Amino acid sequence: MSVDLTLVWAGLLAFAVFAYIVMDGFDLGVGILFPTLKAGDQRDKAMNSIAPVWDGNETWLILGGGGLFAAFPLAYAVLMPAVYTPIIAMLLGLVFRGVAFEYRWRTVRAKPVWDVAFFGGSLLAAFSQGVTLGAILQGVEVSGRAYGGGWWDWLSPFSLLTGAAVVVGYALLGATWLNMKTEGALQAHARAQAWKLGPATLLMIGAVSLATPFLDGEYARRWFDWPGVLLTAQVPLLVLIVAAAFFWTMRQKREVWPFLLSLGLFAVTFAGLGVSVFPYAVPDEITLWQAAAPASSQLFMLVGALILIPIILAYTAYAYWVFRGKVGDDGYH
Amino acid sequence: MELDALILARMQFAFTVAFHIVFPAFSIGLASYLAVLEALWLKTGRDLYLNLFKYWLKIFAVAFGMGVVSGLVMSYQFGTNWSVFSDKAGPVIGPLMAYEVLSAFFLEAGFLGVMLFGLNRVGKKLHFLATLMVAIGTFASAFWILSVNSWMQTPQGYAINEVGQFVPADWFKIVFNPSFPYRLAHMLLAAYLTTGLVVGAVGAWHLIKERTNKGARKMFAMAMGMILVAAPVQIFIGDMHGLNTLEHQPAKVMAMEGHFESHPDGAPLILFGIPDRDAATVHGAVEIPKLSSLILKHDPNAPLAGLDTIARADWPPVEIVFWSFRVMVGLGMAMLLLGLWGLYARLRKRLYDAPWLHRFALVMGPMGFVAVLAGWITTEVGRQPWTVYGLLRTADSAAPLAAPAVATSLAAFAVVYFTVFGAGVFYILRLMSHAPHRDEPGVAETPIRTAGITPAPAIDPDRPIPTGEETDHER
Ligand code: HDD
Ligand code: HEM
Ligand code: HEM
Repeated sequence: MSVDLTLVWAGLLAFAVFAYIVMDGFDLGVGILFPTLKAGDQRDKAMNSIAPVWDGNETWLILGGGGLFAAFPLAYAVLMPAVYTPIIAMLLGLVFRGVAFEYRWRTVRAKPVWDVAFFGGSLLAAFSQGVTLGAILQGVEVSGRAYGGGWWDWLSPFSLLTGAAVVVGYALLGATWLNMKTEGALQAHARAQAWKLGPATLLMIGAVSLATPFLDGEYARRWFDWPGVLLTAQVPLLVLIVAAAFFWTMRQKREVWPFLLSLGLFAVTFAGLGVSVFPYAVPDEITLWQAAAPASSQLFMLVGALILIPIILAYTAYAYWVFRGKVGDDGYH
Repeated sequence: MELDALILARMQFAFTVAFHIVFPAFSIGLASYLAVLEALWLKTGRDLYLNLFKYWLKIFAVAFGMGVVSGLVMSYQFGTNWSVFSDKAGPVIGPLMAYEVLSAFFLEAGFLGVMLFGLNRVGKKLHFLATLMVAIGTFASAFWILSVNSWMQTPQGYAINEVGQFVPADWFKIVFNPSFPYRLAHMLLAAYLTTGLVVGAVGAWHLIKERTNKGARKMFAMAMGMILVAAPVQIFIGDMHGLNTLEHQPAKVMAMEGHFESHPDGAPLILFGIPDRDAATVHGAVEIPKLSSLILKHDPNAPLAGLDTIARADWPPVEIVFWSFRVMVGLGMAMLLLGLWGLYARLRKRLYDAPWLHRFALVMGPMGFVAVLAGWITTEVGRQPWTVYGLLRTADSAAPLAAPAVATSLAAFAVVYFTVFGAGVFYILRLMSHAPHRDEPGVAETPIRTAGITPAPAIDPDRPIPTGEETDHER
């Protein structure tokens, strides 16, 4: 067959993960910013702005994990035990913040407790995702068809750095989302936060980018070898362009653009990650093709994915459209 | 047994999945019930149905949230704790689970927001469509995950490749493997029964306190009808399920029946007794001669093989399976009794005036959950010592993890689940303790103000939703 199914699936999974970052990123970000919002009205509004969509957003994470399981079972089997601790931490964080959406409306006395759970869960989930990313990038030990390292291998200065980077980046998405969906004092507050988080995010992107090539020779080669560098050099360039546009639209007090441009920052860095990792499923150990499920599995799923993903995107867009506009003054429960 | 990483991983899986299944068992049934209530409202325009809809919608929202987060945990557990299994079985069951995400989870999640918050934004018809989509989503999710589980019980349609992975040979055979139709029917009915019992218990509770409450009457009558129909069918399907299991997983049925010895001319049905795996006998067994052969083979004198025909290393933990099976069947009979009693009261026109029936219904409220758990324990423990029956041992499926890592995560799950889901159950019970009434507040009406549409009706979030009689135009 002329189409390489493995590449198609790598692309689809990259799309799912990116869709997850785009969508759950801002709602985790709202959670991270929660303590900076005034208890009561401001927090309620922030929550309302994401309540109708958070479940759909999180489903992309399930597609990411489930898709990896289905299309690259070996990679799933090697990576998950390697990042056992951060994954479990992420899941527990998501448990706390997921139930907080409903619980905080069901109680007056314990509402502050669920606000803390929402913040803590969001923070823990975001940080764990970053740590997971870092732990995978820095390489995992493989023996045979299984993970061969210990249960603390994931912990390193680099993975902590990527953890912090994701927290800051998501917070930026959250701030620009609130800037778009709210008005008045809350919007002003969100904008002020975005002014701080924008530069912080750039700093983090810079730090992680500088650290990555030092992880091992392969990354450096993929980034800096002639003539590939002509192409890869576009990545930092694009970061600069997007960042400039971000600050400019912030100055203009635009509402939608800063959000879109923050997403743009994520898109560019995501592409950068692709440059670093491709063509490996487990960096420098197992290639996509070695990890791939047989063509019959990939094809069976592809049929469904090609039919269903457009439909999913359509009704997801519909759900966002139904709840378009600014969050109202009314509480929702 | 020492607490090695394997046994800890099994405990963790059993713990987390046992929590998870409780919520879908309820929300599969409740989503359908909500769709029925909304349909009745649209058809008759009666406020009563709308109020009941909103009453149960609030409960659904909390239960569904718990189902989602506990399910998310499950989907990563395969990789974290059962990585060898994931590598080997991934090519076969991975795609089925991917279909579950694509066809079920997105559907549920995508329309959930509209269902919970959208009634005033999209109009009644579209809102009903959203409710339907959520209900269909819960169905689809049961379809796929049960296909996965059934394939692990009765694998077929696969080949084994050079690195030892199961690879698909025939997708139709994989999806529709021998135990799947029975399991799907049995589980869906279980969900309906579970929901019926909960709805019935809430209705009964409020009838005990206030016999005239219209909402309580309606829900109690609906629930009793559901149980009357579903309980006998469930018992019938359960029987067929068992016969099918006898064909494909005989060791499981031997454990369920407590048959350590073979019976060449008619096996007795052991009602009760203390099975003892080490001594390979059932102490103090109370048995009915030949009945087991009659049930399983439809012939009182048919020979039935016992566990003595199977290597000990391949025996499931008999005690657990024996007891969990009896709990499930006993509860199934109790449900049948409840349904019949409800019918009797209805025929005598005393359905709302039968305190003892109401008390019985109240006690039966949580029993659907107990039966579901007991059923799953029978199924899963009875499959041991295999993860893929007859092909891949549980001991060969686990991830190469350090015991302290799994012990820590297990402890964390226990603490978090008991607090978080404990709080959720408390909130649900509190919602249920309020009697359904007129102008029932919704989960939410308008969380977001649409640009261009005046937010005038959004001042009081608990205001009544306009009903069919007053307005037909959309707001
Ligand atoms: C309300 C719940 C409920 C009730 C009243 C019953 N069951 Fe059940 N049973 C289930 C809920 C359930 C379940 C949770 O849905 C299971 C677990 C896995 C499965 O396939 O269905 C199950 C499994 C299960 C199995 C194991 C099949 C296997 O693992 O291969 C058998 C043989 C039966 N059931 C038989 C019965 C009989 C004879 C019942 C009659 C009284 C009965 N069940 C009532
Ligand atoms: C339908 C989806 C399900 C799948 C794919 C599934 C799969 C598995 C797997 C992989 C294991 C680990 C092997 C082992 O420890 O034995 C397991 C064990 C177990 N599962 Fe399930 N399971 C499912 C549903 C359930 C449900 C709903 C319950 C509810 C109680 C349940 C109860 C258990 C128990 C008690 C064990 C431990 C058995 C033992 O260790 O003896 N399972 N299952
Ligand atoms: C080990 C097996 C299982 C896994 C990995 C799993 C996974 C999941 C996941 C990831 C979700 C969240 C979906 C969302 O975000 O909307 C979920 C929810 C759900 N699951 Fe499971 N699940 C398992 C067992 C089961 C079983 C046995 C059933 C029923 C027969 C079931 C039915 C549902 C339903 C109906 C939902 C929707 C949420 C709810 O109803 O509370 N699942 N599951």
